[in-house]
Amino acid sequence: MKVKEIIEILNAEILCGNQDTDIEVNSACGADLMSDVLAFVKDACVLLTGQINQQVIITAEMMDVSCIVFVRGKRPNTDVCNLADEIGTVVLTTEMTMFEACGRLYASGLAPTKRVER
Amino acid sequence: MIFTETYTVVPRDYVIAGDASRKIKQILKKIGLDADVVRKASIAAYEAEINMVIHSYGGTITLEVGEGRIRMVCVDTGPGIEDIDKAMQEGYSTADEEAQAIGFGAGMGLPNIKFNSDEFNITSSKAGTTLEIIINLPD
Ligand SMILES: Nc1ncnc2c1ncn2[C@@H]1O[C@H](COP(=O)(O)OP(=O)(O)OP(=O)(O)O)[C@@H](O)[C@H]1O
Ligand SMILES: [Mg+2]
Repeated sequence: MKVKEIIEILNAEILCGNQDTDIEVNSACGADLMSDVLAFVKDACVLLTGQINQQVIITAEMMDVSCIVFVRGKRPNTDVCNLADEIGTVVLTTEMTMFEACGRLYASGLAPTKRVER
Repeated sequence: MIFTETYTVVPRDYVIAGDASRKIKQILKKIGLDADVVRKASIAAYEAEINMVIHSYGGTITLEVGEGRIRMVCVDTGPGIEDIDKAMQEGYSTADEEAQAIGFGAGMGLPNIKFNSDEFNITSSKAGTTLEIIINLPD
């Protein structure tokens, strides 16, 4: 699924970071705990989260996550946005709750990010 | 040795938390290592760094690249881990509210570091905790 489809499905807005909406994502992961994100696979996934601190952006950087969606209309501060600009992750915000945003993406065919086999 | 560098980790400073791991990731990418290897090392470094920020009095991460492997040694100055077996279990955490507020405290860090390492050693006493993380480079 392309970032532009995610924007449409979630009625989302591009906040900062990479503006390229043609980027392809293969799976999605919804989490507020960064260590949960870090224990999941990476490959071109979209991360939905209610956390808006800079550790979310750094977690995305470590995992090569290409798109972050802040739910419930949350907006990070300028420092966090500047970091996203530097790293080049697409950063979106949607008014939807975590539950609704995940549900809509799932219903549109986006696969859950699978945890790496232990 | 292709590269070696030591990074300082400051306790309880949530503004610069992650800086050491970011530098480590950047240098590993610059060296031109395989993306999967870089990701594994980045995850391990970041979990170790955040642990030092959250749980320790601070310390250092020394990165070595060469001899077919990445080696990271994380050393802090205490207070140590009382029960290492417990700490290595998924879900065990003593993280405080401040750490939880920024998304840490799932009790997943140490097991995930081990999972991403080809070799992993941990020792701890009241004087500090030492992690040795080794990730082999593909031929
Ligand atoms: N460097 C350290 N110094 C002292 N105690 C530590 C250190 N690293 C880990 N611990 C202890 O081991 C526990 C488990 O660590 P682990 O990284 O697995 O989980 P966590 O840090 O609590 O949560 P998460 O990593 O999922 O955000 C910690 O809660 C803490 O009690
Ligand atoms: Mg941890």
